[in-house]
Amino acid sequence: MSKNAIIAGLVVFVIAALFPFWFNIGGTNAAPEIELSAKAKAAKKCVLDKYDMRANHMTILDDWRDSVVRDSDRMYKSTNGKEFEMSLSTGENSCLGCHTDKEKFCDRCHNYASVAPYCWECHTDPKEVTQ
Amino acid sequence: MKKSRKSFLKKSRRSFLKAAGISAVAIGAAPAIKAVAVASGGGSASSIPVVSPKAEALTAKRWGMVIDTSKITDEVVEGVTAACRNAHNIPDFTIEPDAEKYPNTRPAKKMQEIKWIWEEHYQYAFPEMEDEFLAEKYKSLPFLVTCNHCKNAPCVQACPTKATFKREDGIVIMDFHRCIGCRFCMAACPYGSRSFNFRDSRPFIEKINPEFPVRSKGVVEKCNLCAERLAKGEQPACVEASEGAIVVGDLENPESEVRVLLNENYAIRRKQELGTEPSVYYIM
Amino acid sequence: MLEIAIKGSKKYWIWLGALLAVMTAAFAVYIDQFMNGLMITGMSRDVSWGFYIANFTFLVGVAAGGVMVVIPYYLHNYEKFHRITILGEFLAVASLIMCLMFIVADLGQPTRMLNVLLYPTPNSMLFWDMCVLNGYLFLNIVIGWKVLEAERNQVKPPEWTKPLIYLSIPFAIGIHTVTAYLYCGLPGRGFWLTAILAPRFLASAFAAGPSFLILLCYIVRKFTKFDPGWEAMQTLSKIVCYALIANVFFFFCEVFVVFYSKIPGHMSHIKYLFFGLHGHDALVPWMWTSMTLMFVAIGLLLVPALRNNQTLLPFTCIMVFVGTWIDKSLGMISGGFVPSPLHHVTEYIPTVQEVVISLGVLATGLLILTVLFKLAATVKEEVRG
Repeated sequence: MSKNAIIAGLVVFVIAALFPFWFNIGGTNAAPEIELSAKAKAAKKCVLDKYDMRANHMTILDDWRDSVVRDSDRMYKSTNGKEFEMSLSTGENSCLGCHTDKEKFCDRCHNYASVAPYCWECHTDPKEVTQ
Repeated sequence: MKKSRKSFLKKSRRSFLKAAGISAVAIGAAPAIKAVAVASGGGSASSIPVVSPKAEALTAKRWGMVIDTSKITDEVVEGVTAACRNAHNIPDFTIEPDAEKYPNTRPAKKMQEIKWIWEEHYQYAFPEMEDEFLAEKYKSLPFLVTCNHCKNAPCVQACPTKATFKREDGIVIMDFHRCIGCRFCMAACPYGSRSFNFRDSRPFIEKINPEFPVRSKGVVEKCNLCAERLAKGEQPACVEASEGAIVVGDLENPESEVRVLLNENYAIRRKQELGTEPSVYYIM
Repeated sequence: MLEIAIKGSKKYWIWLGALLAVMTAAFAVYIDQFMNGLMITGMSRDVSWGFYIANFTFLVGVAAGGVMVVIPYYLHNYEKFHRITILGEFLAVASLIMCLMFIVADLGQPTRMLNVLLYPTPNSMLFWDMCVLNGYLFLNIVIGWKVLEAERNQVKPPEWTKPLIYLSIPFAIGIHTVTAYLYCGLPGRGFWLTAILAPRFLASAFAAGPSFLILLCYIVRKFTKFDPGWEAMQTLSKIVCYALIANVFFFFCEVFVVFYSKIPGHMSHIKYLFFGLHGHDALVPWMWTSMTLMFVAIGLLLVPALRNNQTLLPFTCIMVFVGTWIDKSLGMISGGFVPSPLHHVTEYIPTVQEVVISLGVLATGLLILTVLFKLAATVKEEVRG
């Protein structure tokens, strides 16, 4: 009796633990294409090179917000010589100032990776307002 | 903490980022990474990212504000509060939310309002100086009250996470990212200058200004002396809208406009006896 | 030892089930608060702390009250308290867990609460409150458990528990002192800005905690075979009596200072509570009820014949508990915020949702208390039987 109960319990546990896998069976899992805006393409250089940005943009943003809010330092001169305003969404020299299409640049990948950064609870894509 | 962070930013951001990428989850390991990064850092000058304020930023040793009460009229009050509201996305709970954009918005409670600078009468702005024989003109005069950016700010002392802190230039400011919403600062503030976001305020903002963030529910907010405008070399929104009634400048600089005004006029501060050393003066 | 908790009578399970039902209902309301913010509460810009913080403050007192059995037993070898010491410690554990839950319920951004540890800020009293509350909770769990386990095995408790027990005494005083310091160090709040606040908090705590313990003793006697002992309860009732007198005395000290000095910023709060201010008087009947309850209770506790009446004592204890709860929860928090620093009068009345969430926290506390007391009572029965 107890043997059966243990096996049944194990089965339930394994099924529950594998929830993310079987839940996603049949869905489209192709990685989304990131589209660079014309402006970003023309600029060629971002804060760091492409792969560093892909891996570490969240760390940069975290550092930037401390720098701006707590130290009042708002400008960032990168190692590649370019200067940026440490801002997610305000001004031409901010992240969204260059990557003008939030949906194609940020959201696609975030949605795919199932992350919901709370940046946008407060910060506003300027295009959303003008639309 | 602050200093080490800054110097580190300049020295070795790149190597740190590489290390951080490998072990982004290991928060506890950060100091170790930092040590390694600094040791292996150096290199050519181009490997050092540098952070700095904007060149055009307005600076002061200690920011202060002087309000000339004789120049405050109802129109000025209206203009100033509207300018602040628009500059900082402050919600107006009296408006009807756009039902299409924000369906099922629950009605707002008036007493849970948010305000950074607002009108009070003398007896409320200076409750301990109540006087039945006060000159009639002061009784009906509108006073503008806001955060006093106290030198000894009780709210800064109370905050358990340093989410509200005092900048080197005297501005008492909020880090909305860090606030846990305990509202200890609201109990501590002797001027009632702080507001809490009891709800998501977006439905009650007529037109969102993308230049400044909206606040999420559950954090405290208050006047930031337009730190975001000073950083760009602009005067605070209230100063611009005040028709000369409000002046902002460096209290530590004897040549500054605020000091000249204080030298030439009799000015008072709110609840001076508490020793909080408010940085907002009222010329009577 | 925990296996004792899963063997119980039908009544035991019905009681736990009822508590779980309340907890579930409250949790549903809390989800609403979590999603939509504290807008569902009656709090406002002027009264920025309400029912949650009020109950938190009161329960810190109940937790600290446990020390009133620890001191006589461990420092003065008062043997009569041998049986109920564990009850005092377990009551502290349940109260502290409720305190922490009330704090979390009150936070605007509960998911960020660990920022308090991530950015420790020693100049904030809230930081120290977190330290002493968690410290005292930890001490009571360890001490209570180890001592009970030793009793079950009929051996002496391990030696290392002794220093922890002694340490728990200053911690008990500490939790309520630091909780008072949250309020009394704020320059703009005349009602709280008084050095008597911490002593008054302690006095009302030493009345509320032991009076609740007496009630619990009655319940334990009724539902289990374990008898905490009438003499111990009588001694507790004397402690309640002294503490309650001290609480009222401290209050009158405050009233004298405020009304003899006639400083308006200090008078207005007490006027609001007891007489109403500018036509706002929601708390007036409550405050007079509280005063009446405390005074009648003092009378009933002072006269030996009345105090030693086994049928009357539980009612007296209820009066003490309710009286001090109104005094410290409703009055102490609202009183400090009304009128506001600008002398505007904004009243505070908790919403139904707020009360339901608070009941959920209380139900959780009672569930923990029930399980812990069942452990204690069962072990004591075993040992004697």
